[in-house]
Amino acid sequence: MSAPDEKVPAEQIDAMLPEILKIPYARHLGFTLLRDGTDIIGRMAYTDALIGNPQVRALHGGTLGALMELTAVCKLLTLARTTQVPKTVGISIEYLRSAGRVDTFARATVTRHGRRVANVRIIAYQDDPLRPVAAATAHFLLATTPAGAREPKPVSTGELSRSTP
Amino acid sequence: MNPLLKLTLVQAQQVMIDVVPQSHALGLKLVEFAPSRIVVDLPYDARLIGDPETGVLHGGAITTLVDSTCGIAVLTTLRTLRRCATIDLRIDYLRAARPNQTVRCIAECHRVTHEIAFVRATAHDGDSSDLLATAAGTFVLFETLGTHDIFGEAKT
Repeated sequence: MSAPDEKVPAEQIDAMLPEILKIPYARHLGFTLLRDGTDIIGRMAYTDALIGNPQVRALHGGTLGALMELTAVCKLLTLARTTQVPKTVGISIEYLRSAGRVDTFARATVTRHGRRVANVRIIAYQDDPLRPVAAATAHFLLATTPAGAREPKPVSTGELSRSTP
Repeated sequence: MNPLLKLTLVQAQQVMIDVVPQSHALGLKLVEFAPSRIVVDLPYDARLIGDPETGVLHGGAITTLVDSTCGIAVLTTLRTLRRCATIDLRIDYLRAARPNQTVRCIAECHRVTHEIAFVRATAHDGDSSDLLATAAGTFVLFETLGTHDIFGEAKT
């Protein structure tokens, strides 16, 4: 198996960029992916349709959550160990500042990439990466158990002690 | 007096959803409108698909549905209308939404202090005993409504 943090080559990331646009919801959000070396940055292009509070003209919190979730999935796909499209299990979003009428960017860091579960931290920012508008932690299921094997077998203590990660 | 509480379902749909561009873009439909308990539907829409192979909606659309529903639940709990903003939203995706099914979110604001409101929400796609997501949200309450007050006539 490849090393936990081994990245796919830059050319493979470039090949991924147009693939994202095949996801209808990514187009709805105005989501595109930018490559920065072997890292990626998610970008949500501003349109009036993203507004969630017309009184103060701020972006809808849900769109910021969606931007961060999409960026996290793409980030996992840039790691050689990710072989299937990860499924989102949960996301916890902190809203830090009101997001205004400009493009929003997101950067993700994989905190743990296990065999089954990956944990990712994401920040979303507008003009200044040091002043994020939102932050999130999300966890993803990386590999699904084959059908028919969903219920785990009861394991004996002997088996447990043998199992090493 | 909170002017929202005098609205009919149709009026509340206009004031709470149709004027919000992203809620309108998702086609959100207010189904139940009672103080502290709000039900909103997200009709299935091919534009919101996250996995083109299965036709399953993207989690981001569900996040927006949940955030909107929770926010309305907070506003209908207040005695006087004030602006609120999400400070924290946690969502567990228990399973994928089924293609072609409307997703329904039910949010209840169960605690409001002077500055903070707490909301719990669930989502299902037809069977309320088979949830697809659970969520918890925290909102901060501001002193005023904001600069462009849509309820200007009710300020006195």
